[in-house]
Amino acid sequence: MARSITTQRKTINTVLAWAIGLLIFFPILWTILTSFKTEAQAINDPPIFLFFDWTLENYSVVQERSNYARFLWNSIFIAGGSTLLGVIIAIPAAWSMAFVPSKRTKDILLWMLSTKMLPAVGVLYPIYLLFIKFGLLDSVLGLTIVIMLINLPIIVWMLYTYFREIPVDILEAARMDGASLKSEILYVLTPMAVPGIASTLLLNFILAWNEAFWTLNLTAAKAGPLTAFIASYSSPEGLFYAKLSAASTMAILPILILGWFSQKQLVRGLTFGAVK
Amino acid sequence: MGRITLKEVTKSFGTVEVIKPINLEIEDGEFVVFVGPSGCGKSTLLRLIAGLEDVTSGHIEINGTDATAIPPAKRGLAMVFQSYALYPHMSVRKNIAFPLKMAGVDKTEINRKVDEAARVLNLSDYIDRRPGQLSGGQRQRVAIGRAIVREPDAFLFDEPLSNLDAALRGNMRLEISELHQTLATTMIYVTHDQVEAMTMANKIVVLRDGIIEQVGAPIDLYKNPRNLFVAEFIGSPKMNIIKGDAATELGAPTVGIRPEHLEVSKTKGKWKGTVGVSEHLGSDTFLHIEAEGIGTVNVRADGEIDLHHGDVAWLTPQVDKLHRFDATGLAI
Amino acid sequence: MATQNSRSAARLMMAPAVILLLGWMLVPLTMTLWFSFRKYLPLRGGDQGWVGFDNYVRFVSSSSFWPSVQTTLIIVGGVLIITVVFGILLALLLDQPMWGQGVVRILVIAPFFVMPTVSALVWKNIFMDPVNGLFAHLWKFFGATPVEWLSQASVQSIIMIVSWQWLPFATLILLTAVQSLDGERLEASEMDGANPLQRFGYIVLPHLARAITIVVLIQTIFLLSIFAEIFVTTGGAFGTKTLSYLIFQRVLESQNIGLGSAGGIYAVILANIVAIFLMRIVGKNLDA
Repeated sequence: MARSITTQRKTINTVLAWAIGLLIFFPILWTILTSFKTEAQAINDPPIFLFFDWTLENYSVVQERSNYARFLWNSIFIAGGSTLLGVIIAIPAAWSMAFVPSKRTKDILLWMLSTKMLPAVGVLYPIYLLFIKFGLLDSVLGLTIVIMLINLPIIVWMLYTYFREIPVDILEAARMDGASLKSEILYVLTPMAVPGIASTLLLNFILAWNEAFWTLNLTAAKAGPLTAFIASYSSPEGLFYAKLSAASTMAILPILILGWFSQKQLVRGLTFGAVK
Repeated sequence: MGRITLKEVTKSFGTVEVIKPINLEIEDGEFVVFVGPSGCGKSTLLRLIAGLEDVTSGHIEINGTDATAIPPAKRGLAMVFQSYALYPHMSVRKNIAFPLKMAGVDKTEINRKVDEAARVLNLSDYIDRRPGQLSGGQRQRVAIGRAIVREPDAFLFDEPLSNLDAALRGNMRLEISELHQTLATTMIYVTHDQVEAMTMANKIVVLRDGIIEQVGAPIDLYKNPRNLFVAEFIGSPKMNIIKGDAATELGAPTVGIRPEHLEVSKTKGKWKGTVGVSEHLGSDTFLHIEAEGIGTVNVRADGEIDLHHGDVAWLTPQVDKLHRFDATGLAI
Repeated sequence: MATQNSRSAARLMMAPAVILLLGWMLVPLTMTLWFSFRKYLPLRGGDQGWVGFDNYVRFVSSSSFWPSVQTTLIIVGGVLIITVVFGILLALLLDQPMWGQGVVRILVIAPFFVMPTVSALVWKNIFMDPVNGLFAHLWKFFGATPVEWLSQASVQSIIMIVSWQWLPFATLILLTAVQSLDGERLEASEMDGANPLQRFGYIVLPHLARAITIVVLIQTIFLLSIFAEIFVTTGGAFGTKTLSYLIFQRVLESQNIGLGSAGGIYAVILANIVAIFLMRIVGKNLDA
């Protein structure tokens, strides 16, 4: 816009936006700060904002007491595994829908979307039963599969919208150059779609990491990821704010950083390409 | 070897028949141009030959074997696309090497062939750049390079010059013609531009609405168009079509006269007219003359002619160069 | 446009995704449907046979059904209103020129990436605890009696927590839509003499209509099934039992599978009604 904005106006905007931004971010900031306090300082009245004795004690206590590493490893494995598996299944499907569209393509895409909208609670018991039957209850594998399935529609959709932006000419050129379907997808399509595939991986990793319903209902001590680890702190006995904060910080920080990288893709991924 | 035969080939998209039964013989080493207005089916026909589309019925033979069911990768043809369709994530070298890599050629051989192609096409200085860093003409050359390294039985060009500006188009036209002289490989070239067709082809195939209107050498088509459509499509500026009394007087319901076959005079002639627009190009002068009882007539006259807007001009057709057509538009 | 070859390849390559999702949808749904017509109490006699529509009738006529519908509507509606209204305002603000725009954006978006269990726990304890919570300190500072948030204002508290989580989503999408608004159109309307309020009403809001609809529909689908936020904070007590939480309790806590399954089918139908509207919009976009 070739419009000059007065400095005064810009200053007001800045102050207002920063104030609101900090207000929204405050719970996270406060949690992070509290994680470095002692338990006494954490519940001090009046609350101490910055001038307390910074300590890392809470982090070591949390790690020792609850085997944080195993939960973290479960989280990484489940989020990473489900996302990777989903993308491997989704790439060929998205290729088909983007480059060989038929009359049914649109219906299939919308149907896939509709499975995403199935309320989880409606199928909770059947899944529970199936998990018991196949010995998948409280297993990393079982949760990986379920989370892959609930995110598969989003993965297919995201890849589809990215693939559609690639000119079909280039794939045809590869065909003329003697490439088999496998080579076409492996050497031409995939490298060209790297940015799209990367954002798909990122967003779905975040969604999988934060998944709560199936995680809480299908896992316990053995296969529980960080979501479950945190939920275990909700039991009233032994509530320590500083330790709760330390545990929370450890659970959200990695994803917060990843999330900031993915803000643009977030819009596209979560609106199924309806808003870009 | 690059002999391609189409036998009763048709193509329909849904209920729309884009290609009506077509028979065509393309000899080894020929430069064949498919030309016609947009929507005539010329690109579809090329894609059928390439194997990027299935024929609805009929057969395509390449070197005498039925290739109808063979996938594009195995037909031994190379194609240059209108959009160039270069692989944006690969350097020029990798783009050109791609078909060889797919064919499993060994590395040193690939390098030798790519270097050779780059030299021939003047791409050696750009060999490590990405397509995004090249000009339109350079991209075009990379696309051609990618096609020639695999030494195909035939080259397919789908309107390869339409994204270039006029000056570059002229150059590339020459380069492709030279390439054909050097390689002597069959080339099939699709264009809507009759100038490209006339200047490059050994054999022109004029298409309209999925039907071949005429096949022949450029000069044949120019001299003996089989019908009104071909007569009007080939040649620039367009042939003048005269109907009514003036045509009957010349011995046919419809008469075609090429602009260069009309003599112009300031003083005497068969038809009287007034100059509307005169375009002085130096070598030639194109006159648009409003002739009485005939309508607007295009005339190609001498570059020096001194006729301007509003002048009276007299026209005389060269009777031996007339094209006569019957009521259905067929040449008599 | 493609060859028979590539069409059959396409069908083959689509198969794994389609089959998996089909299985994921049909198998459990069929089981739920089956259970919903049976009296099935795994801990109290197991499967006791066919009962027709008994479960459906009982689910609806139970004393907790209507309150749970009401709670669901209040929570979903409350969160939608808060996130959309504040989302529009925030989007308009963030679209203005300012210093440090990128950083502010990051601050605003952050809550979306916090896992639901963490945000529920942090809010419940560190902020809303009536003794040691930050709000309690604040209230005491102003001489007021601290509120027992999660029991006295339980539904409002949950609306607040969930709104905090979803405001970034609404803001981000609406911001994307605001940024696609043609500046010249606003300038033209300004030339035509429209004041800021009129400009908002006649130009900005209609432009945002589609994005707002999408925000509303997508959030509705996710909000209808919020779980962790209730599970961690109140466990469904103090009038915070939503429809999906009620079903969860019927199935896993009271182990009444038949009844829970009937409820599940109701939830599926409800979600599908919302989904149809969303798919219409998304589908229209596909054609474009």
